[in-house]
Amino acid sequence: MYRILEKEVLAPKIKLIKVDAPEICAGARPGQFVVFRIHEKGERIPLTIADSDPKSGLLTLVFQEVGKSTTELGMLNKGDTIQDMVGPLGTPRDIEKLDYVICVGGGVGVAPIYPEAKAYYRLGTRVVSLIGAQTKEMLIFKNRMEQVSDEIYFSTDDGSFGHKGFITEVLDDLLEKGPHPDEVIAIGPLLMMREASKVTAKYGVKTVVSLNTIMVDGTGMCGSCRVTVDSEVKFSCVEGPAFDGHKVDFDELIARQNRFLAEERLAMDRYLAGAGGCKCQ
Amino acid sequence: MSVKISKEKHEMPKQPADTRIKNFEEVALGYTPELAMAEAARCIQCPKKPCVAGCPVGIDIPEFIKLVAKGDFLGAAKKIKEKNSLPAMCGRVCPQESQCEAVCTLGKRGEPVAIGALERFCADYERIHGEPLAEMKTSDSSSGMVAVVGSGPAGLSCASELAKLGYRVVLFESLHATGGVLRYGIPEFRLPKSIVDKEVEYIKSQGVEIRLNVLVGTTVTVDELFEQGFDAVFLGTGAGLPYFLGIPGENLNGVYSANEFLTRANLMKAYLFPEYDTPIWVGKRVAVIGGGNVAMDSARTALRLGADEVTVVYRRSRTEMPARLEEIENAEEEGIKLMLLRNPVRILEDGEGWVKGMECIKMELGKPDDSGRRRPIPIPDSEFILDVDTVISAVGTNPNPLLIRTISGLALGRRGNVIADEQTGKTNIPGIFAGGDIVTGSATVIAAMGAGKLAAHGIDEYIRRKNGRGM
Ligand SMILES: Cc1cc2nc3c(=O)[nH]c(=O)nc-3n(C[C@H](O)[C@H](O)[C@H](O)COP(=O)(O)OP(=O)(O)OC[C@H]3O[C@@H](n4cnc5c(N)ncnc54)[C@H](O)[C@@H]3O)c2cc1C
Ligand code: SF4
Ligand code: FES
Repeated sequence: MYRILEKEVLAPKIKLIKVDAPEICAGARPGQFVVFRIHEKGERIPLTIADSDPKSGLLTLVFQEVGKSTTELGMLNKGDTIQDMVGPLGTPRDIEKLDYVICVGGGVGVAPIYPEAKAYYRLGTRVVSLIGAQTKEMLIFKNRMEQVSDEIYFSTDDGSFGHKGFITEVLDDLLEKGPHPDEVIAIGPLLMMREASKVTAKYGVKTVVSLNTIMVDGTGMCGSCRVTVDSEVKFSCVEGPAFDGHKVDFDELIARQNRFLAEERLAMDRYLAGAGGCKCQ
Repeated sequence: MSVKISKEKHEMPKQPADTRIKNFEEVALGYTPELAMAEAARCIQCPKKPCVAGCPVGIDIPEFIKLVAKGDFLGAAKKIKEKNSLPAMCGRVCPQESQCEAVCTLGKRGEPVAIGALERFCADYERIHGEPLAEMKTSDSSSGMVAVVGSGPAGLSCASELAKLGYRVVLFESLHATGGVLRYGIPEFRLPKSIVDKEVEYIKSQGVEIRLNVLVGTTVTVDELFEQGFDAVFLGTGAGLPYFLGIPGENLNGVYSANEFLTRANLMKAYLFPEYDTPIWVGKRVAVIGGGNVAMDSARTALRLGADEVTVVYRRSRTEMPARLEEIENAEEEGIKLMLLRNPVRILEDGEGWVKGMECIKMELGKPDDSGRRRPIPIPDSEFILDVDTVISAVGTNPNPLLIRTISGLALGRRGNVIADEQTGKTNIPGIFAGGDIVTGSATVIAAMGAGKLAAHGIDEYIRRKNGRGM
């Protein structure tokens, strides 16, 4: 059992929880994730580690309520428990001091980019962060990201904060102006990561993306998470979730994300119909 | 006076095929005491006991059968348990037709004694009528402490044996449930999970501590385990890494590895979706690639999940199929089609990312290959298209590299398997032992169990010697 010790609502449907998980925190490194199962009937869902503190043993997870399981997770409050959690999973990112990196975070993807930005920033790398959201209200981790960035830009789809439009447009402008960073790290919705990779390819800038594939075990046992990278099939839970954005077959991946769309809708409708009183804010 | 022995064995009652394809309950219902005694009476008690030599763990088969014939079922179960601590499982999943029953004397002139069915009967009888589990033992670390990694049959039997030898044992499992393939791979209709639970309860009652959700190598490393005071580590992490054929179209929606398909259905109980949250999608026409138990289990699961037509596509002929005979027969009774001497070459797309068909090629058998089986050779220009919307690939698995690649210096074989001594489980690193599929590649439950047990004794000897020198 893993107890939730803190909970924060970051934006509508985006929540942060801190879970007591000292064993997982002890070895967690940027880029890794956990797989959890809320209760006996739950499914196994991966979430990237947004922060981990080996001293307090608190693991920070940030999630958006998109399907039944994340909505149910969002209903849990301080003091409630999650039945199972395993991790840290995935290949950690090898973070070494570079001269300059750009971190592009879209939507809830800002949370998993935070530990990477933090790690680079602490090593003395110049970090420029580009944060995109649908609206100002949906923008998360603003303060946190500001603390680990030398420069920061924002965009919203509706123009309620920062640049009006996609964050990848800001990226394009920056790259056009130059100088070019050693690396761009892009984490967010698949469409955003695909677009970011297209933009950086134009300028020949190395790009790392973090893929949120559909997983079951998260340990290389099932192949549910497979993706084609550079014409080779990779299990994202073991060899990823970080890959070279220029080599990922995004179109295939986007199709694969729809594998259980009908079932997910059914589960969600059923849940909403039966959930009773809403405990969320 | 000589009694005439029937040439045919007594069949185990089963759920009728048209009923069972609509449920996930166990197919075989097991002998009644009367049937068991009648079947046991067929055994002629051969002085040379060829069947015992055919059993990978050397159960005294004629002895236990004699007890069954007398009606002493608990005595028979005890006899079996001298050699095999998981008889309820082995009776159900061992390939008896290539082990004990293959060499049974009666098999020369008729059907062999139904040894597997009798083993299963005794174990089930004992589960219902035997003594309740003993008091929880508190573990005692005075003889030493051992970490067992993986809770499949190898890990379970190693842990159980070490506990009997007086060690404090901690069993680590990365999934949220114990059992390994017994839990996530073999379906409920062939091995009810309540039987796996019961065995795990028994092992707990022996004082073994079970820690779920721990991926050794990541959550905790083997070095850290030694630092924490464990005297030895047993690796029983199995061969869980599925491989694919590498043909075009394998990442289309509607293509599963058997491991994904079965894990969703069994471990995650997706057959109870939406009561359980894990989804599974099965189309109307399913092709399963492969000819082993995994293929049969996938095919029969697909049928139960509502597929109209399930075809098993296997590249060799029926005699080469590695699946248990009983399961091939069951599958056919249930209406699953075997398409033999056919091999897939690519999977076709419907234009929206989903499977629309599978192109196959006809094969013929050539000279025997390394495995001793005749090598399948494609017949040129014999391609044809199978009309399917779901493909399940059951073409094999490799040892799981996650843990073993974190142990520096561990000697590995060509296929990434751990090299370990067959008799003691010793690897090239002192204090690290291994057994089961991680050593042999995918094999059998009984072989994994046997290896776990032998390794427990290897570990016992290692720790005694280490402590003896240290004193
Ligand atoms: C679908 C299917 C049907 C089968 N049918 C039969 C049959 O009818 N008869 C038969 O004899 N055999 C059958 N087999 C084969 C048999 O199940 C295996 O040979 C046997 O289970 C191997 O046992 P094991 O203990 O070595 O490994 P496994 O059963 O694979 O168990 C390994 C365990 O280790 C865990 N693990 C892995 N890595 C780590 C880690 N780093 N840290 C912690 N835990 C870890 C895994 O999660 C797993 O639970 C079948 C296999 C499958 C897949
Ligand atoms: S070989 Fe067959 S008949 Fe002979 S003792 Fe064994 S089970 Fe009985
Ligand atoms: S999630 Fe199962 S192999 Fe990656």
